[in-house]
Amino acid sequence: MATTHTRSAARLMMAPSVILLFAWMIVPLAMTIYFSLLRYNLLMPGTEEFAGIMNYQFFLTDPAFFDALSNTLILVGGVLAITIIGGIAFALLLDQPIFGQGIVRILVIAPFFVMPTVSALVWKNMFMNPVNGLFGWLARAMGFQPIDFLASVPLLSVIIIVSWQWLPFATLIMLTALQSLDEEQKEAAEMDGAGFVSRFIYIVLPHMARAITVVILIETIFLLSVFAEILVTTNGGPGTQSTNLTYLVYAQALLQFDIGGASAGGIVAVVLANIVAIFLVRLIGKNLEG
Amino acid sequence: MGSITLRNVSKVFGEAKVIPSIDLDINDGEFVVFVGPSGCGKSTLLRLIAGLEDVSGGDIIIDGQNATDAAPAKRGLAMVFQSYALYPHMSVRSNIAFPLKMAGIDKAEIDRKVADAARVLNLTDYLERKPRQLSGGQRQRVAIGRAIVRQPSAFLFDEPLSNLDAALRVNMRLEISELHQQLKTTMIYVTHDQVEAMTMADKIVVLNRGNIEQVGSPLDLYRKPANLFVAGFIGSPRMNLITGAYAEAKGGKTVGIRPEHIGLSKDAGTWEGTVTVAEHLGSDTFMHVDVPGVGLLAARAGGEFGVRHGDRVYLTPDESKLHRFDDKGLAL
Repeated sequence: MATTHTRSAARLMMAPSVILLFAWMIVPLAMTIYFSLLRYNLLMPGTEEFAGIMNYQFFLTDPAFFDALSNTLILVGGVLAITIIGGIAFALLLDQPIFGQGIVRILVIAPFFVMPTVSALVWKNMFMNPVNGLFGWLARAMGFQPIDFLASVPLLSVIIIVSWQWLPFATLIMLTALQSLDEEQKEAAEMDGAGFVSRFIYIVLPHMARAITVVILIETIFLLSVFAEILVTTNGGPGTQSTNLTYLVYAQALLQFDIGGASAGGIVAVVLANIVAIFLVRLIGKNLEG
Repeated sequence: MGSITLRNVSKVFGEAKVIPSIDLDINDGEFVVFVGPSGCGKSTLLRLIAGLEDVSGGDIIIDGQNATDAAPAKRGLAMVFQSYALYPHMSVRSNIAFPLKMAGIDKAEIDRKVADAARVLNLTDYLERKPRQLSGGQRQRVAIGRAIVRQPSAFLFDEPLSNLDAALRVNMRLEISELHQQLKTTMIYVTHDQVEAMTMADKIVVLNRGNIEQVGSPLDLYRKPANLFVAGFIGSPRMNLITGAYAEAKGGKTVGIRPEHIGLSKDAGTWEGTVTVAEHLGSDTFMHVDVPGVGLLAARAGGEFGVRHGDRVYLTPDESKLHRFDDKGLAL
């Protein structure tokens, strides 16, 4: 098909976009690495000087870093668990023929269209607020003391809010996977004497393995960088209880004006994200083959 | 044991009466073929017997037990699907073992039965492969293997050969016939291909629009079609159906004569016509001849009968093999 001539012509024509994309990635990365090696504070302009790995030393020995690291992993893991289990459950329900199927499906997908700051504010003020929120009202109606979610269980609150946003995505992917399952396979399993639970475990779940993998990979990419939900609800607090890496970098740069430290944090976050990515691809990437 | 009896079985989808009412007896050990054009309800009928669809009325009796409301797995039937419906993530071994595993049979017994089935079907070397690594014919055999390990009282085949290429289809046809000889289990086989029906069946059930047109052995149907539909459906190429003066003269509204019962000559005969198409198959030559006043007739001649498009030939029907039909299309 492709002759030598067309191949070199193709390379030539693709070159501008490849170069642009490469620059787009490499320039910010190089600048961040450069800044991370400087003593660079916005409160002391003009005093930038080379500082070696000092920024890294400070960032990695900061107790907030370890809190942020574990919070990040708990946040990602918690949201993944909720969205995948919930997504499969919703997909199974939505796959049943029901009256008003179209509208129900749109309703289920709707949260995905709500921007993170808005949904976080809605949850903060209308659900989780101990005085005005729905949960507080429910608790009082049943005679319990309302829980101040954002103060007493901040990380769980953020997990709930983010899960609510990502559940539609997981449901959507799972539903399409479920609908692509060959009807005859289900019937064959039925004739083979498999009940509903056996059919789910032996036929449906293996069929959805690829979809589950896709959801895990895509959600992990986005969940490692959750920020808006934390900013508008808990501001990372109380203390560092709901601070994740992204928020810690933000706090370093724009609350403490320490660009050097924040850049070092950014590089650490990039390295961690890559470790998670390699780990995930090793663990579940084989599901995407073939 | 595998006798199946249908009593007034009907099936309605919304407004559409797919099967108005069917009575049918299938004896133990019979190879029954449901044949008919697409949309005639043959697959639906099979799915009703399997329990994959609920009947709208009537009873299904399997081995003397009323199984009308029984779950598919409780009917003791095994089905081979058109798409094979193999479980893609399981090895051939797990696929064949699946029904046994669901039945809660112990591991050693499962291994023995799977090994037996694999030997019968020549799958022993492929047990650890995944379905996607197999050829069409092998997949077909795995699907059959999954059915035979359960030792069902009857097998149901839903157009099992339609996804195979022509050469493989002939092979699998023989293999299924051999399997039936070995197992002596009742088999119900759905196809739209009348060649499959003729070659495999003990008993053919010809279906049209949800009604049974005729039930009988392949040769019964070939020799004595009960009506125009069966006459036109069974036999390849199709029977020539002639109306008009010739039919009246022979005492019917329509008369039918099979292509193989028309004598051909280049010199003299009852009808004179022009060859429109001549299909040379080597052993046979099928000719489509336009005869003025009678219509387009198909006729079969030996492979050496050299004619081409536009040649004039003479046709002589073997009048002892004439089929006569009345104005309702029923055989006289």
